[in-house]
Amino acid sequence: MKVKLITGRSLQQGVGKEAGKFSQEYFNNVAICELDPNDMEALNISPGENVMVKTKFGEVVLKAVKSAHSPHKGIIFIPYGPWANLVIDPETHGSGMPNFKGIEAEVFPAKGEKILTLIEVLEKISGGK
Amino acid sequence: MEETIHNVVCTVCGCCCDDLEVKIKDGRIVEVKNACAVSLSKFQNYNNEERIVKPMIKKNGEFKECSFEEAIKEASIILAESEYPLIYGLSLTTTEAISKAVELAEALGGVIDNTTSVCHGPSLIGVHDIGVVTCTLGEVKNRADLIIYWGSNPVFSHPRHLTRYTVFSKGKFRKERKERKLIVVDVRRTATAKMADIFIQVAPNQDYELLSALRMAIKGEEIYLDEVAGVPVNKIEELADLMVSCEFGILFFGLGLTMSLGKSRNIDAALSLVRDLNEKTKFLIMPMRGHYNVTGANEAIAWQTGYPFAVDFSQGYPRYNPGETTIIDILNRGECDAALIIGSDPAAHFPVSAIKHLTKIPVIIIDPHKNATTLISKVVIPTAITGIEAEGTVYRMDGVPLECKKLVEPPSGLKSDEEILTEILMSVKKLKGEEKLYE
Repeated sequence: MKVKLITGRSLQQGVGKEAGKFSQEYFNNVAICELDPNDMEALNISPGENVMVKTKFGEVVLKAVKSAHSPHKGIIFIPYGPWANLVIDPETHGSGMPNFKGIEAEVFPAKGEKILTLIEVLEKISGGK
Repeated sequence: MEETIHNVVCTVCGCCCDDLEVKIKDGRIVEVKNACAVSLSKFQNYNNEERIVKPMIKKNGEFKECSFEEAIKEASIILAESEYPLIYGLSLTTTEAISKAVELAEALGGVIDNTTSVCHGPSLIGVHDIGVVTCTLGEVKNRADLIIYWGSNPVFSHPRHLTRYTVFSKGKFRKERKERKLIVVDVRRTATAKMADIFIQVAPNQDYELLSALRMAIKGEEIYLDEVAGVPVNKIEELADLMVSCEFGILFFGLGLTMSLGKSRNIDAALSLVRDLNEKTKFLIMPMRGHYNVTGANEAIAWQTGYPFAVDFSQGYPRYNPGETTIIDILNRGECDAALIIGSDPAAHFPVSAIKHLTKIPVIIIDPHKNATTLISKVVIPTAITGIEAEGTVYRMDGVPLECKKLVEPPSGLKSDEEILTEILMSVKKLKGEEKLYE
């Protein structure tokens, strides 16, 4: 399904960040993708199942969460953090600011796929340990 | 021994709430009053297992603990030998430390940037273009009868903003919720939107169009469309009427404007809208600054260099050109050959292309905790936590400086960011043969 990706702060991300970047709380609160309930139905995804988000810049597997801020058909939300980084647009258009919001993306069910840990994300980026 | 310290400044977000009460027993924090959920999490977790207490240097892929002297020396050699070093972070530290970091960037002929680059950088660029009509949060609390949050969700990002300064605050002239109107403009019905009197759901990347339509409506021009940016024109006109008829309005804007398509042009449009409104009523605008001293980073860097962020000393004088001298662009182009990160975690918050270059160069990090960037660093220098174990000046989002306090002693041997940066600066000057100049 074609969607617009928004990344941003969430209260749980803030709390998790202070608990520690390697804490379970941070992982649980940040390695997620919030979807509109109707979009979830159309994709045949239940809350807690994994989804894959793909953009021109990369792909990432995340846990699907039913958005508490719906309706926002066609918009998905990923909290700021290492997982969102894998799919955001690095282009700054001469402003210094990459595109963290409003990125064209596709979302798919990814039941069997594993969510990378923070360390695995970094290894993926650096191309090895 | 037990004591309660009053008027403690919180060092989490740009609200810099200065009414925390911290109870200390036998040198430990045992209770914190008035804090929000994020602040509480900070006080509860600051000394958890992710705290670093010993400096480390990576050798053959493994971290080895070392003395502070060794870590400072290693860091100074890396920086002094580098052609084009980058200093970055600086919004989670004191203004005094930031001031030292600027001196260091100048001594090195490198670049100094702060996290503004990836939060309100476009806002500052917009302010250079248009100018800004603003005020303090005290004025908002006492006078504002119309409050707009645009692309900002303070219930999550600045949890006490609404109770301390806006709709739920008890001001001198506006005492109750019903005396103020709250409008939220966002792409989703956020927690803040749910509290609003009016919620406007704007289509992603179309804030500029909506701001421009509002400017037309305020000037009484006719909009020959049914809707703009997904918002019916009659709703835009209703909003324009509300804005014009308020006595004291304020537009708070967040990263929904700075990070979406248009970036600084969105801010131009918002600043222009507020300028237009001042022909008809009193209206102000303020960015919702994220970290507790990101405003201070802009202030301190601007005093010393003339520019608020992204300052390049490689020509021997300060240059500022966002898009060229900003950290993401420098990393995307793979230009810097060393980096000093102070109180920030770029490896957790930058696009892949930028992190990739960071993993290829020697990185020195000054931070109290392990994070994604410490993992890819060569030198890790732990530090005392500002506002808990170290004191100093921070700037609230409205530019009001506040003194944060030292509440408890840091773990043995840990120094403040300012002390560590001073030591690195002296050591670098010595290596570059400029110690006499410094003395």
